[in-house]
Amino acid sequence: MPRNSHYLYNRQDVMKNYLFDENMKMANLILIKPSLILLLPRFNIPLGFGDKSVKELCQNHGISVGFFLLICNIYSHDNYVPALDKVLATDMSMLDCYLEASHRYYLDRRLPHIARHIARMTAEMNGRAGDILKRFFEEYNNEVVAHFKYEEQNVFPHLKKLLAGEAGDGYSISQYSPSHTNIEDKLDDLTQILFKYLPEEVKAYETIGAVFDILQLSEDLKKHSLIEEKVLIPYVEHLERKQVR
Amino acid sequence: MKLKILIVEPSQIIVEGLRSVLHDDPRLEVVSVAEDASMLEERLAAHHPDMVVINPGLLPYSTQMPAAMELPGGIFSVALVYQYFEPAYLRNFDAVIDIRESKHNVIAMLTSLDREENEKKDGRSSDASDLTKRERDILVLVAKGLMSKEIAEQLNISIHTVISHRKNITKKTGIKSVAGLAVYAMLNNLMNEPIGAEGHNGDSE
Repeated sequence: MPRNSHYLYNRQDVMKNYLFDENMKMANLILIKPSLILLLPRFNIPLGFGDKSVKELCQNHGISVGFFLLICNIYSHDNYVPALDKVLATDMSMLDCYLEASHRYYLDRRLPHIARHIARMTAEMNGRAGDILKRFFEEYNNEVVAHFKYEEQNVFPHLKKLLAGEAGDGYSISQYSPSHTNIEDKLDDLTQILFKYLPEEVKAYETIGAVFDILQLSEDLKKHSLIEEKVLIPYVEHLERKQVR
Repeated sequence: MKLKILIVEPSQIIVEGLRSVLHDDPRLEVVSVAEDASMLEERLAAHHPDMVVINPGLLPYSTQMPAAMELPGGIFSVALVYQYFEPAYLRNFDAVIDIRESKHNVIAMLTSLDREENEKKDGRSSDASDLTKRERDILVLVAKGLMSKEIAEQLNISIHTVISHRKNITKKTGIKSVAGLAVYAMLNNLMNEPIGAEGHNGDSE
């Protein structure tokens, strides 16, 4: 991909497909988009994969390579959303496991990590301002927990039943609103507050560390909601229609 | 008056598709189509478009706005995207249309560009960093948990005025959520200011 050369692309280049494919080396995928490394634990793929291709690695670990690439492509390409027929042509049996593994990563690792940043920062601030910042983050955290819990108790079991071909469980995906707008707004607000408005006595490196971690989480969560909105919902809707027929 | 659009895109299928999507909206008019960026200058001069919808793949790659795409003032640049481009690169454009977008969204995006510009001409500043006294008053009430309607009643102004102040507060501070605004108000020691009293900069709207 001659991305860095300064010439006018010819038509063939323009038409070229930039999505990842199964014959690429896993290491190259990660060199192109370093944050993909965060997805590996969610698929139980350990590091140390040498020069293995994506296809080889997925086969070794019993993962559908189509599904793995679908997720990688959504994470890496800004405007990429797979169409329903692409989703239907992909083995989606790991979708709920993947989404749950993502939840575990956010809840067990990232949010506690950011909470520790916030605790160190608020320790440097005067009482009331520190408290209100801490409370803001706690409220955000609670909203995220509640949202994930709802999905894990309603949406994912529903998907599992549909995949297993079991009879209706009375739940319908139309009851589910994946809207994370409010949650996303709060996280954006938090970054703005941290680097624009915190009092000077808070150490800059602490704040900068927190801002980086939050930006990374925010980017990850936006892709996560995109997967729920553009893959999970249309897919479950399709399974529901199929069940009615 | 119609918004005049110049399309720069090599694929005839995409051009015709876009034409038909835009055709039904009376506010939009495709005035010219160019196959590649080398024709851009000539077409700009000939048609005076209001916006250029261009496939970014036709421009030399860089994270800066390519020289070929430095449009004369007032002309919007819209990237027409159907493959991956670096987000940093796309931020150089006034808007980005993904070809997978619905017809409705494409039209809404193009027509909103024009509206935003009109708002700027109305003299509403969008990035002044200081809140006016009135905005600070409203911010404090928002932070205390009041709804726009209650704020309107308390300050004796219309709810529309409150909403427009709230929009400006969000634009100036970069903070959207009520909880976030409360933190902002707290950190800036606004919570103890008496509502309605003259501020240091003595401004009002």
